[in-house]
Amino acid sequence: MHPLLSVRQLTKRFDNTLPPVVDGVSFDVLPGEIFALLGPSGCGKTTTLRLIAGFERADMGELIFEGEMIGSPKVHSPPETRELGFVFQDYALFPHLSVLENVAFGLKGWQPELRHKRVMEVLGMVELVPLKDRKPHQLSGGEQQRVALARSIAPRPKLILLDEPFANLDAGLRQTTREEVREMLKGAGMSAVLVTHDEEEALSFADRLAVMQDGGIEQTGTPEEVYYCPATPFVADFLGKTNLIAGEAKGDYAETPLGRLRLDRRAEGRVELSIRPEHLRMDAKTAEVNGKVGAVVMREFKGHDLTYRVQIGETDYFVQTDYQCQFQTGDRVELTAIEPAVVVKKSHST
Amino acid sequence: MNLSQALLQLRRLPAYRQSVRLSAGRWYFLLPTVAVGVGVVLPLVYLLVRAFEAEGANLVEIVFRLKNLRLLGNTALLVVGVVVLDTLLAVPLAWLTSCTPLKGGRFFTLMGVLPLAIPSYVMAYVLLSLGGNNGAFAHLFGTSIPRLGGYWGALIALSLYTFPYLFLNLRAALFSVDPALEESARSLGCRPWEVFYRVVIPQLRPAFTAGGLLVGLHVLGDFGVVSLMRYETFSYALYVQYIAAFDRVYAAWLALMLLILAGGLLYTEARLLRGLRLDRAGSGVGVRSPNAYSPVSLGIWRGAAYLFLAILALVSVVIPIVTVSLWMVKGMDISHLTDLFNALSSALLASAPAAVLSACFALPLAYMGVRYPSPFSRLMERVAYIGYATPPLAFALSLIFFALWATPQLYQTVWVLIYAYTLHFLAEAIGPVRSSLYHASPRLEEAARGLGYSALTAFFKATFPLLIRGLTVSVAFVFLASMKELPMTFLLSPPGYETLATNVWSYTEEAMFAEAAPYALTLLLFSALFVWVLLIQERSRDASLA
Repeated sequence: MHPLLSVRQLTKRFDNTLPPVVDGVSFDVLPGEIFALLGPSGCGKTTTLRLIAGFERADMGELIFEGEMIGSPKVHSPPETRELGFVFQDYALFPHLSVLENVAFGLKGWQPELRHKRVMEVLGMVELVPLKDRKPHQLSGGEQQRVALARSIAPRPKLILLDEPFANLDAGLRQTTREEVREMLKGAGMSAVLVTHDEEEALSFADRLAVMQDGGIEQTGTPEEVYYCPATPFVADFLGKTNLIAGEAKGDYAETPLGRLRLDRRAEGRVELSIRPEHLRMDAKTAEVNGKVGAVVMREFKGHDLTYRVQIGETDYFVQTDYQCQFQTGDRVELTAIEPAVVVKKSHST
Repeated sequence: MNLSQALLQLRRLPAYRQSVRLSAGRWYFLLPTVAVGVGVVLPLVYLLVRAFEAEGANLVEIVFRLKNLRLLGNTALLVVGVVVLDTLLAVPLAWLTSCTPLKGGRFFTLMGVLPLAIPSYVMAYVLLSLGGNNGAFAHLFGTSIPRLGGYWGALIALSLYTFPYLFLNLRAALFSVDPALEESARSLGCRPWEVFYRVVIPQLRPAFTAGGLLVGLHVLGDFGVVSLMRYETFSYALYVQYIAAFDRVYAAWLALMLLILAGGLLYTEARLLRGLRLDRAGSGVGVRSPNAYSPVSLGIWRGAAYLFLAILALVSVVIPIVTVSLWMVKGMDISHLTDLFNALSSALLASAPAAVLSACFALPLAYMGVRYPSPFSRLMERVAYIGYATPPLAFALSLIFFALWATPQLYQTVWVLIYAYTLHFLAEAIGPVRSSLYHASPRLEEAARGLGYSALTAFFKATFPLLIRGLTVSVAFVFLASMKELPMTFLLSPPGYETLATNVWSYTEEAMFAEAAPYALTLLLFSALFVWVLLIQERSRDASLA
């Protein structure tokens, strides 16, 4: 399948004395795919999105949309010709226009009847028909968000760019809106690039995602790949809690402070390993075994599950358990890895 | 029962809230506020009384005089003409200096503000003294240009003076348009020009209406320009009736009609802005960042843009200053210096007390409005604005009637003049005090109360020091505005009382341009000071927002 959008070695710097804000970023977005750019603030994800939209001009690299070059240091098609939808974090609704007029804004040149039909159709998709005559300031945050979405999808763009669109919603609303938007995009067969700093959002919303740091991409893959097989310590740490352990690898196994651990792939020499808290099992201490016995130093009860912090030697490990696994601080416990540890850094490759 | 228990007890009583309300309206805040309200409204009411003194048949004749219709036509034509011409000047100026990458944006912005430093009658003086066989132009270049006068003279003089009001409003509005809106329109397929037309222009509406209102009120209230240009509007006719024909009842009616027109403008503005809310719907990024979408490039229109800016600066700033200086040099006479000194000191005599009084009244009004917002405090603040919006001649005439009836011994003394300046320019004094009050947290005063100070002492110890800057600006505003005030000075000044403004007017009236020059130049200096204070105030407000 040909990619809908290809981003090749995209680079942008705002200040020549500083490192680039976006540094050699490459990824593809397939037709109908929802792709997420995930990273902490200042990692260059929003600038990448603005480069794709054409609000900024690339210093290096290429943007190819539907086989056509739309952005490079030489070519820069203006944003209005790119036919991409853009949803802003603060929605940027036109305050002087009603909901209906906002959604109709991008449909210039359409026949009036067709335009009205399309607007009503899109408003129906986001369930805003009853509010069509309101002005933006008469809407709640969630409603404004839906108008912004409706406005950007009304002209039927093949790709829609979402810049932290759920960040201004409160927690309860965020999850339901996210599900609705995903369903709508999938229903309309639209591709999307989502920018977010919320790992849970990226994992649940995207088909594939790229984790960014300091202007570059650390890892690209499906949510499962990125979560279970983080390629770097940064990715492992950014996507939820993890335990980063140094070890000495010998083929399929590595010797670590947690004892001998099975690896997800073969490695030799000094390695850094990631093991998720839910991939560790806790048992009451039976006998002194290989130094992987420690003391519970913290217990966090969260209703349906528990998180413990267990100290072995000088190091603390997080362990995620279900409600049946009840320990108190000070208890002596034994940790066992129930899944292979993920090699996130090798000092020398094999 | 100890003290805190007693307080708790008090809080349970419904009367407690009431007592807070009453303490909010302590007499020392309430009294000046009420005094302002009465001071503005009573003369206007008395004007009504005088106007209806006419007998029935006479009354009908006065109201339906054909002349009124002509005056109305002339006045309306001038208001509309000035607003249109101002729009043609201010919109391109605002757009060019804030949305395009033209060089010298700051310089041209300053040039767009400086005309405020040239009082409209000085502008009229410049235009009148420029043309004709003995005009400044003829002196400089050897050939004469026609002398402006009548409608076109009034139109050009007033437009050149008032367009900065519109420009400043539009510029502020352009800067507050969320850049994300423009980007959003671009991504929905709008070209840069379309973005301006479909997204930016509609958002300028409140600024345009507010600026247009200011301009309209100015034109309605103007006396200097229309009298020098001999263009008959309500203000001019009112002056002629009062000074020359001495027909008090007709003068009262003309003042009333002027008031109705001003009220009509205010009403129109309120109607146009009803239900309009253009603040950002989301939590916008705020200011235009250097990373925001690149400004519109002008291409082949660059040259035309620079030409427009240069001509505007030339006509509205350079020519007036050069002309006044030229006449100054031509008519240099040391013996006139004593006259200049006398005019300056008599202007000071009324302006300085008015400035201090305005600040004294502005303080309680702003304090009530900010700390205890209620329908009453809002009403009182609005009354202060009515004093400002009332055309000066109408206000002056109603004061004359009122003084003659209430305190005849004060009539034609400087006290009436001070009264008029104070209440007319009070609105200018409220703004700066208000904004500095917003920076002084009410918690400060409460802390002082908690440390054992009485309400009044707490105010002076905790809040007042933070208001000094705002008060200084208020005093400066009113002082400088009074210094250059012409129509009220004319009607209300004691016999033989001459100020800089009245001298510029009288000498220009008699085509004695060289004699008018020293007064005009001194006025320009004072007005430049006024603009300087205004700019400093703007900048500090910007800084406090950032």
